[in-house]
Order: sequence, then structure tokens, then C-alpha cells
Amino acid sequence: MIAAPRRFGRTLGNAVFLVFCWAATGVALIALAAILWSLLRQGIGGLDLKVFTMSTPAPGSEGGLLNAILGSIMMCTLAMIGAVIMGVLAGTWLSEYARNSRYGSVVRFLNDVLLSAPSILVGLFVYEIIVAPTKGFSGYAGAVALALLAVPVITRTTEDVLRLQPVALREASVALGAPVWRTILAVIWKAAQGGMLTGALLAFARISGETAPLLFTSLNNQFLNLNMSQPMANLPVVIFQFALSAYDDWRRLAWTGAMLIAVSVLAVTIIARLLAREPRRS
Amino acid sequence: MSEASSAIIEAGPARTARGAALDRIFEALCFSAATLLLAALGGIIVALAIGGWPAFAKFGFHFFTTATWDPVAEVYGALGAIVGTLVSSTLALLFALPLALGVAVFLVELCPNVLRRPIGTAVELLAGIPSIVYGMWGLFVFAPWFSKYIQMPAMMAAPVGSIWETLTAGVPNGAGILSASAILAIMILPFMAATLRELLLTVPSQVRESAYGLGSTTFEVMRKVSLPYVRTGAIGAVMLGLGRALGETMAVTFIIGNAHGLPTSIFASGSTIASTIANEFAEATGEMHTASLIALGLVLFVITFAVLALARLLIGRQAHA
Amino acid sequence: MIRKLTLALAAATLMLTACGQHSEGAKTGSQQGVQLSGAGSTFAGPIYAKWAEAQKAATGLALNYQAIGSGGGIKQIEASTVAFGATDKPLKSDDLDKNGLVQFPTVIGGVVPVANLPGVAPGQIKLTGPLLADIYLGKIKKWNDPALAAINAGAPLPNLPITVVHRSDGSGTTFLFTSYLTAVAPQWASVGASDSVAWPAGQGGKGNDGVAAYVKQTPGSIGYVEYAYAKQNNMTYALMQNADGQFVSPTAANFAAAAANADWSKAPGFYLLLLNQHGATAWPITGATFILMHKQQKDAATGQAVLRFFDWAYANGDAAADALAYVPLPDALKQQVRTSWGQITGPDEKPIYAGAH
Repeated sequence: MIAAPRRFGRTLGNAVFLVFCWAATGVALIALAAILWSLLRQGIGGLDLKVFTMSTPAPGSEGGLLNAILGSIMMCTLAMIGAVIMGVLAGTWLSEYARNSRYGSVVRFLNDVLLSAPSILVGLFVYEIIVAPTKGFSGYAGAVALALLAVPVITRTTEDVLRLQPVALREASVALGAPVWRTILAVIWKAAQGGMLTGALLAFARISGETAPLLFTSLNNQFLNLNMSQPMANLPVVIFQFALSAYDDWRRLAWTGAMLIAVSVLAVTIIARLLAREPRRS
Repeated sequence: MSEASSAIIEAGPARTARGAALDRIFEALCFSAATLLLAALGGIIVALAIGGWPAFAKFGFHFFTTATWDPVAEVYGALGAIVGTLVSSTLALLFALPLALGVAVFLVELCPNVLRRPIGTAVELLAGIPSIVYGMWGLFVFAPWFSKYIQMPAMMAAPVGSIWETLTAGVPNGAGILSASAILAIMILPFMAATLRELLLTVPSQVRESAYGLGSTTFEVMRKVSLPYVRTGAIGAVMLGLGRALGETMAVTFIIGNAHGLPTSIFASGSTIASTIANEFAEATGEMHTASLIALGLVLFVITFAVLALARLLIGRQAHA
Repeated sequence: MIRKLTLALAAATLMLTACGQHSEGAKTGSQQGVQLSGAGSTFAGPIYAKWAEAQKAATGLALNYQAIGSGGGIKQIEASTVAFGATDKPLKSDDLDKNGLVQFPTVIGGVVPVANLPGVAPGQIKLTGPLLADIYLGKIKKWNDPALAAINAGAPLPNLPITVVHRSDGSGTTFLFTSYLTAVAPQWASVGASDSVAWPAGQGGKGNDGVAAYVKQTPGSIGYVEYAYAKQNNMTYALMQNADGQFVSPTAANFAAAAANADWSKAPGFYLLLLNQHGATAWPITGATFILMHKQQKDAATGQAVLRFFDWAYANGDAAADALAYVPLPDALKQQVRTSWGQITGPDEKPIYAGAH
């Protein structure tokens, strides 16, 4: 056939392309496997009961990551409480009251900007408005910085999931005499609760791994400290400090900490995805 | 200040007065939350501008054209950090885009059905790994590997005294702009792959099927049908990936080598705006030093803002970061 | 189920936070469980961490010391975000007065050039000040350069390129190192001496430990660290030529020899550099590390706790300092420091230090 060479060229090109696609996926999977493998191999070696019962040690002494783990949990939870309140309300406003307004689209765009803003700038901002005037590093400043990072995520997912709810649902509720606020609270939010929870979990996963904003806000703490108006230890900054040191015991703890963070973030992400796929309970 | 005209639902006739009052309160509450969000962002910009003003005032336009970062002589130029940021992000994009496209096409067209969800989840998991973990893995696992299999052979193979020797000069421990770009590429790969996959799924199956029916190969369907269909969205996804790479701090700080000048070889060390701030802010004692770091932050914010605005223009609201 | 879990977690956090608030904060002044924050020098990081650990066990006083670099220590104490700052770059008396600060030394240590040279044992290679300056200027690029081989006859210098490692953060260790180079090598004048300089060559590591980590990982590299870091990591250090022309090794005895002739009584704010001192065994890059506190404390209890910490350290911390190759201050100097604490007052302008423990 006249087209034979051309056909050969097309087949060859296609074959190369297919191989490339398989290879690309292979590269991504290999990268994931390599990272998880390193984490497990290096991190499990240092994993023992001490990690959960003792605070961070001076170099050469025994210790664990208790203060860092507790500090991270406390700051993240406090941040999430604030972020959920603000994010859900803002997302509700964008979906229910400002779908077509000019101001709404400005807020929407700037929310996306805040979503992608470099987290270190948020840390700088919180240093300027909280740490410097109050003259102290504190867990509260760290929580505020984390909350500022979580709010845009929750706002966005809340708005997206509320938009998906059929307008008829709202109209039915209003027709039965419920005021608008009741409609939103009892009907719309309830219908969207799965999606909103997923959004909250994803925001939590994101902020629990953030280091840069905590560098200048909560600083770090060698000892166990539950007082949030003082510097608080947290896992990411401890990992940063220990990983770059030259002491072998500190580096072991850094790997263990990294493994703990990665495992918990991945677990939360998987739970969030599973929840998102669950069929709606009637 | 009633937004009722753009509210999705209006209250029915059976609403009580109390209900109406609470409605107004609730709406005000939601509105304040949204405005607070706006205020926070505005606050960040204002704080950065005020903090960085002394540096802009003193150095003027030269701040953007000088690569010297000399705390002793109090001369600060942002060029090294800006170049490092742009170079590492662009290289990361160049590495990640073809791979992301490959993964997206694989998941849409080539993957056996039973593997589709696990592989898709696996790629998304890559997105969930915190950046400090990437930093550690980059420094302790990737850098030695890079040094042993890529950097050292290249340096040894370069004939002495030639242009190749200068181009491959550098610290042989695997840290530098190229390594940082590789790690960044792995970080932004999952976002772009997920977005491109969603975009490719929007191509109507009739269009694809008819192309297949005419005898096109997969490659041709991709090249001539699917990709042009999603071109705008794809570019937007690229911009989002770029935006993420620009602001990345921890993964880069570990492995970029922290040198302030302009890169002179492919294995050179450098610094990005984010890594400079992370390294130096807590201890910048001079007023000009602190102001210069905050000014750098403002520059980064402006660059990220521009990229995001461009992405928004191109894809509207579909893609997720 | 998930909602219940989330609520439970939130409730637990709130309870923990509330408990934390009621527990003794740093402001209440009771010794048991008092917590202080200090930040600064990584040069002194190891010894402060050891002292903090020992004191927590012995007296319950918890000192949270964050080694963020001397520049960080100076900045944070000027911003009053910490109770004290630690720096190896001493401030001059006009700077001290401008910020209302008081300065005193705690221990003496040495800055040591370390290298990663396969096949070379610690103390096997020798360096001089001018050669070190040339290496850091990027003029000497390979280890088997004739200039290095000339003073290292017999040492197995490998044919590796020299990778220079310096500090990426603001560092008192850098201040000591660059001040020394300025004093002994005229070619270093273009770079100057400070806690943060524009390095002509090399890569930056964060903190003393970052430099040590980089050097450990990179064959053919050279860096400068405080001696405790070199010792704790078994790094290959170099002998240096001192002002008397002798090649000496970095030991506590040689650091002490450098400090032997120092006259602290004439130094306002204890500003004294121990670089390039005369003495047959004096280590040329020796320096004291200092603490900065506000002259007028906002909270008398915090100030007292800080002084109690260092008082205890002067009295009981010498053994720990020796173990890490720091040189404890001579007793006479300790007494001078205690006397100088008399100028630190509380908000009511009364001195807060009541005398030796």
C-alpha cells in the first residue's frame, strides 16, 4: 500500500508514546515507593516506646518525641477549630449569598491566592502581628499561622460541595416555612456533611506537615510544654533541626518523626478519600 | 448592605419575624467570615509592603538587578534569589510536565480497569507527603544517588580546561539547583497529573470514539483530539503547578546549597527566595537585612500572584491546586 | 463515629490547653517547673543543652534553649521575645547601651577547621591562617596544591577538589573565624569580618551542626565548627599555626592557654576577643561565648531565674563543660561576672541578684 511507510511511522510513534506513558507512571510509582521505603527503613529503626514517652533530648542523651507530637497535635487541633468555623462560614457565604456577585468573585479569587500562597510568608505575617508585639514566641501564634493556611482549603471545599446540592432542596425547605439560616444549617449542611468533613480532613493533613510557618511563630521547645502562650515543640521544626544536625541519634529521631508525620498524613488522606466515596446515608 | 439579590434562595412567605432576624444575623456572620478572609490576605500584603519598604527605598530598582547579598557591607540584591526561584521552578516544570501528561494519559487510556483506582490513589498519595519529608529524602537519599550516578560521572567526563568543565563544576555532594528542581518536580507531579486527568476525562467520549473509529492511534487521538480540547485548562494546570513550586520552602532549603550568587554551572548551588527567608530571617539583626528579607517575600508574593491570576484567566474555577 | 472522635479530640485538646494555662508559667517565679526561653549561638548549644538537662533534673528549672545562631540570639533579645540571647559575637559597649543590654561570658571554646579527607587522620594535616583564607577565597582549589603540600610533607593529601562549606545563617562562629582571617591574612580584607558575610565560594550549612553534616557527607570538603561538634562527630580536624609560629592542636588546654593572658577587668561589657593570642600552645581561633540580658528586666522573677541558672552552671557545670572540651571560666572571672550582675534591676529599679548561691 502507498501508505505503508506512513503507517509504520504512525505505529512507531504510537508505540513510543505508549512506552513513555507506562514509563512515566513507573517513575511516579518508583518515587513513591522509594520515599516510603526510606521512611520505613530509617524510621522504624528508631521507633520504640521512648519516642512516645520522652521529650526531645540533648545530643548524646536519651529521649523521644513526646513534646513534639503533643505540641503538633495541640496546635493543629486549635488551628482546625478556628479554621473550620471561619472556613465553613465563608464557604457558605460564597455559595449561598454570593454566587453571582462581583464582591463574591473577588473573595473567591483571593481565597485561591491565599490557598497557594507560600506558607513562609504567612509565617512572616504572623511574626509581625503576633510574635513581635506580644514579645514572645507561642503556641497560639503557631496555631494562628496554621489556621490561616487551613481556612482557604476549607472555604473552597465547603463552597464546592454546597454548590453541588440541588437548589430544589433549599426551595423545598423554605416552602415548608423554615427561615434561610435554618435551611442552610439543618438541610444543606447536613446533606453536604460528608464533603465538608473530607475538606476538613484534607486541610488537617496539609497543615500537620507544614514547617515554614512554625519556624518564626512557635519556635520550638526542648521540654514538654502544654502552655500555649510559650514556645511549643512541634514535629516538623524538630525534624528540621535534628535532620540537619551531625549527631547520629538526632538524625535517627528525625527519620522516625518524618515517618510518623508521613504515615499520619497518608492515613488521614486515605480516610478522607474513602469517606468521599461512601454512599449517602439516607 | 443586602446581598439578597444574589442569594440563592429567598425566604418563603411562612417565615416568622424571629426567623427573619436570625436570617440577617446569620448572613452577617457568613459575610464577616468571608471579609475577614479578605482582610487577612490584605493584611499579609500590607505587612510585607511596610516591612520591605526600607529596602526598596534604599536600593530602588537596583534591588532587582544586583546579585550581591552582603550583610557586612549592607548591600542586598534580590537577583540571585529571584533567578534561583525562577530557574528551579521552571526546571521542575520541564521535568514534571511530560511525566504528568504521561501519567494522566496512562490513567485515562491505557490502564487496566482493575488497577485504575489503586494507581490513581498512589499518585495522589505522592501529593500528600509533607514537604519536610521530601527535603529529608532529597538530602539523604536522592543527593548521594545524584552525586554518584549523575554528577560525578559528568564532572569526570568533562575534559580539563574546556567549557564543559566550567559547566559541570560544582560541589560533588549532590546538592544544587538541579537536584532541588528534580525534587520539586516530584512534588508537583501529582497535582498536575490529577488535574490533567480530570481534564482529559471531560473530553466527550463520542469525539474520542469517532477518532478511534477512523483508525487513529492512541497517540494521534491524544495529540489531535484530546489535548487541543483541553488546551486552556492544561495550561492553567501548568500554571498552578508552577505556583506551587515557586513557594516551596522546606524541600528546597535542604538541598539547594544556600549560595547567594548567580548560578554558573548546571550543578551550581543557589538559593530561592523561600529558602533565603527560612535560613536568615530568625537571625537577621540589621534593619536593612530584615527589610530586604521581607522585600524578598513581597517579590515572591507578587510573582505567585501573577502566575495564579494567569491560571485563573485560563481555566476559570475548574482545576484544584 | 468520626464526628464523635473529632469532638473528643477537640475536647481533649481544650482541656490540655486549659491545664497548660493554669500550670506555672515562666512569669510566676516559683522555682518548681519554671520555664525560661533563651536563643542564640549554636557554638554554645551543646553545653547549654547539657546544663539545661542537668538543672531540670536537679532543681526543676526548665530552660528551653533554641540554637538559632548568634545573629538570632541578638535579634530576639533586642525584640524581647526571649529571656536571654546567646552570642559568640560580643556586642561593643555602645551597642549594649543603645539597647539597654548587659553582657557576660559563660565558657570559652575554640573554632576548628574540619575536613573530610579519606585516609587522613584527625590532626594529621596542618594549616596556617593565610592558607585558610586562600582556601575560603577560592584561590586554592585542590587539596594537593603545592602551597598545602609545602607545609604538609608526608601527609597523604588526596587529589580532590576543595569544597568550601560555610554558614548560611548569622553566626558568632563565623564572626570569630572571619575576624581571625582578617587579623592574619590581608587578602581577606575584601570580605571582612562579621556574623554574616558575602562568602566568595562554597556552600552554606545551617548552624554548626549543618556545617558538620555537610562536611561529613562531602569528600574533599572543609568547614569550620566549634570544637564540641568536631569531637562529638569524630571529624578530621587540622592543626593550626598560632601567633608564635607553632602548629597546635585544638584541645581544652590550648584554648585555656589562649585565654590565660586575657585581662577581663579592663573590658567594658566583657568585650574581649581571644584570637591569635601569643603563647607557645595557644590555639589561634579561641573565643568566649556570651549571654545578653536586658539591664532592666520587665519581670524580676524571670531575670532571677536566668541568673540562678548561670550561677548554678558556674558552680556545678564545669565537669560537663570539660567533657565537651569547652574551657570553664577561671574563678576570678566568674566572681567578676557575679559582681556585674548587680547592675541588673527589676521593673522597680532594684537589683534582682542577691549574691552567690
